[in-house]
Amino acid sequence: MSLPSYASTGQTVWYYSFRVICGLIFAFLIIPILVIIPLSFNAQDFFTFTPEMLRLDPAGFSLKHYQDFLSDSGWQQALRNSFIIAPIATVIAVSFGTLAAIGLSQSHVPFRGTIMAILISPMIVPLIISATGMFFFYSKMGNFLEDQLGWDQNFVGYIKIILAHAALGIPFVIITVTATLVGFDKSLTRASANMGAGPVRTFFKIQMPLILPGVISGGLFAFITSFDEVVVVIFIGSANQQTLPWQMFTGLREQISPTILAVATILVAISIVLLTTVELLRRRSERLRGMSPG
Amino acid sequence: MTTSTEPVVAADGLPLKRSLARALRRQKIRALLLIAPLLLFIVLTFLVPIGNMLLRSVDNAIVEETIPRTVEALRGWDEAGDVPPGEDVFEALYADMLIATDAKRHTRLGSRLNYESSGMSSLFRKTNERRLGRFELEQPLAPQFEDIDEDWITLETWRVIKSNSDPVTAGYFLAAMDLRATPTGIEPVSDLQAIYVKLFVRTMILSVTITAMCFLLGYPIAWILANLPSRSANMLLILVLLPFWTSLLVRTSAWKVLLQQQGVINDLLVWVGVLADDNRLAMINNATGTVIAMTHILLPFMILPLYSVMKTISPTYLRAAKSLGATDWTAFWRVYFPQSVPGIGAGAILVFILAIGYYITPELVGGTDGTFISNRIYYHISSSLNWGLAAALATILLAMVLALYWVYDRLVGIDNVKLG
Repeated sequence: MSLPSYASTGQTVWYYSFRVICGLIFAFLIIPILVIIPLSFNAQDFFTFTPEMLRLDPAGFSLKHYQDFLSDSGWQQALRNSFIIAPIATVIAVSFGTLAAIGLSQSHVPFRGTIMAILISPMIVPLIISATGMFFFYSKMGNFLEDQLGWDQNFVGYIKIILAHAALGIPFVIITVTATLVGFDKSLTRASANMGAGPVRTFFKIQMPLILPGVISGGLFAFITSFDEVVVVIFIGSANQQTLPWQMFTGLREQISPTILAVATILVAISIVLLTTVELLRRRSERLRGMSPG
Repeated sequence: MTTSTEPVVAADGLPLKRSLARALRRQKIRALLLIAPLLLFIVLTFLVPIGNMLLRSVDNAIVEETIPRTVEALRGWDEAGDVPPGEDVFEALYADMLIATDAKRHTRLGSRLNYESSGMSSLFRKTNERRLGRFELEQPLAPQFEDIDEDWITLETWRVIKSNSDPVTAGYFLAAMDLRATPTGIEPVSDLQAIYVKLFVRTMILSVTITAMCFLLGYPIAWILANLPSRSANMLLILVLLPFWTSLLVRTSAWKVLLQQQGVINDLLVWVGVLADDNRLAMINNATGTVIAMTHILLPFMILPLYSVMKTISPTYLRAAKSLGATDWTAFWRVYFPQSVPGIGAGAILVFILAIGYYITPELVGGTDGTFISNRIYYHISSSLNWGLAAALATILLAMVLALYWVYDRLVGIDNVKLG
């Protein structure tokens, strides 16, 4: 990769210009995300850098957009909704998904290809199509639950979104957990059974601790899928179930306010935490399986 | 008796073959039992809704359910002729409309038929309970319907009703392809109303452009990540993964901030002196905005599969090619590039399929000429309430995506798709 000493002038020029091009592309990837962070501390209601900010004058900066976020009841409701819907959807996706992944990794599964195709279909079908289908069906289902069973309308609204988000998150759990199970040594469960442990005990004491990194990163994927998801929520949710991304979407479309940038900065911080966790887990499981030295 | 004919038995005395078969069957059942809850869950929460949508795109039961007697009476009427239907049809219509207006279902039928021919909605709304109550039943009914609206005795009205009396219709699909059914056959709608084919074509063109941009920008990045020492590659990989994990809304709002007329990029260009202050670039609320923002959003989906394929290409091949006298370009083009094709395939299909169904970003930065078919689907769901047409548009989109998967499976094999 490094430039050999016998490189011609043309090769040297290409070597450096290629690195400059790559640098520019990396800048394209990362700068839009970094730019909103300082802008969210803007003392003015502008979406661009004010002269005070460019002079690094403290008067140009403030936390007022964060205060807006924390004091506005709409944003607070959206934050609460996001943290109700995403964790429950994740728990459903992870528990069903892990069981099914263990089933799929057995040596003899009839119709494995078809079953796999069905289970990952929510990831393959474009969101707008899933949302359209869910819009028709879930409104019927919601009416049934409300009229026939007399359930509370608000409660049914949450159930609809949680079920939809769980379905969207399941493919990620299936993919990551089956990938972890590929490296799982089956003789361990046999050894455990040999020593008298039942299937349930074997699962929780032997199998689960070993596949846990895969389960957790699958869960994080499912969480971020639900936490970021807007299209399905807009299609099937009502005003009471407004989530954080939905609130941002309306904000961007209608009355664009700099509070959005404060929220965006908080979300970037959350994604950095999630990314770090997933990376650490991935490296740990690679190290355990002896796939990578570091 | 020789030992060779004696069946081998397991510990419990059963023949070994049978015992093994039973164990295998048990194993299969156990595997299926583990999968069953999830399979059921996905079928109920995902596949049934999609199937329901497919049915809805052809469902037309509303006409037959609302005015069943009229539909029955119309069977004897010749829609190709030039006389409106006779008194029997109007008697049936009167009976149907009495029930329909009582249940307040006539306006729904009106809005349904309005998709086929404008004016039907107001026709059915006018024919309300009050007007029907004033009918004199001893007199012929046709002229009394004519009093409400003369459209009731025009051929066009009855042709529309008759052609929609089947419980299944191709009307939504025809509308989704800018066509309409007339008594003389299927015709294209007038140029002013024709939008869907144009929108599908635009969705395709923009998606291809975005995929091409992602390829152009993603290939060098994947290459440099795969060829740097692993410590620096891991550092740079974070620059790819952070956008991947960052909320879509965050990235879209970032582009909105950057690309506005009073935004950061325009300010910078004016400050540098490239642009005059009154000549700021319009980079948002048009197709340019959509392409820039979506390329940024989908770029990680191109880089990650490319990177995972390129990591497996050994650098010795390139060295071998060069030592055999190939120039840098020949070595790359004839040796390295063909080996990276599975990664390009995986990345391109991923990006293209994600792009073709995108809704949020085109809605926020697309303006009028950067919107996709998905924006039209949402419009029909939320504003025009023409749900059948929305379902038909979504079904066509789904068919396109599945066709792409099929082609892709033939060319590269779906198993070769690698996610990071």
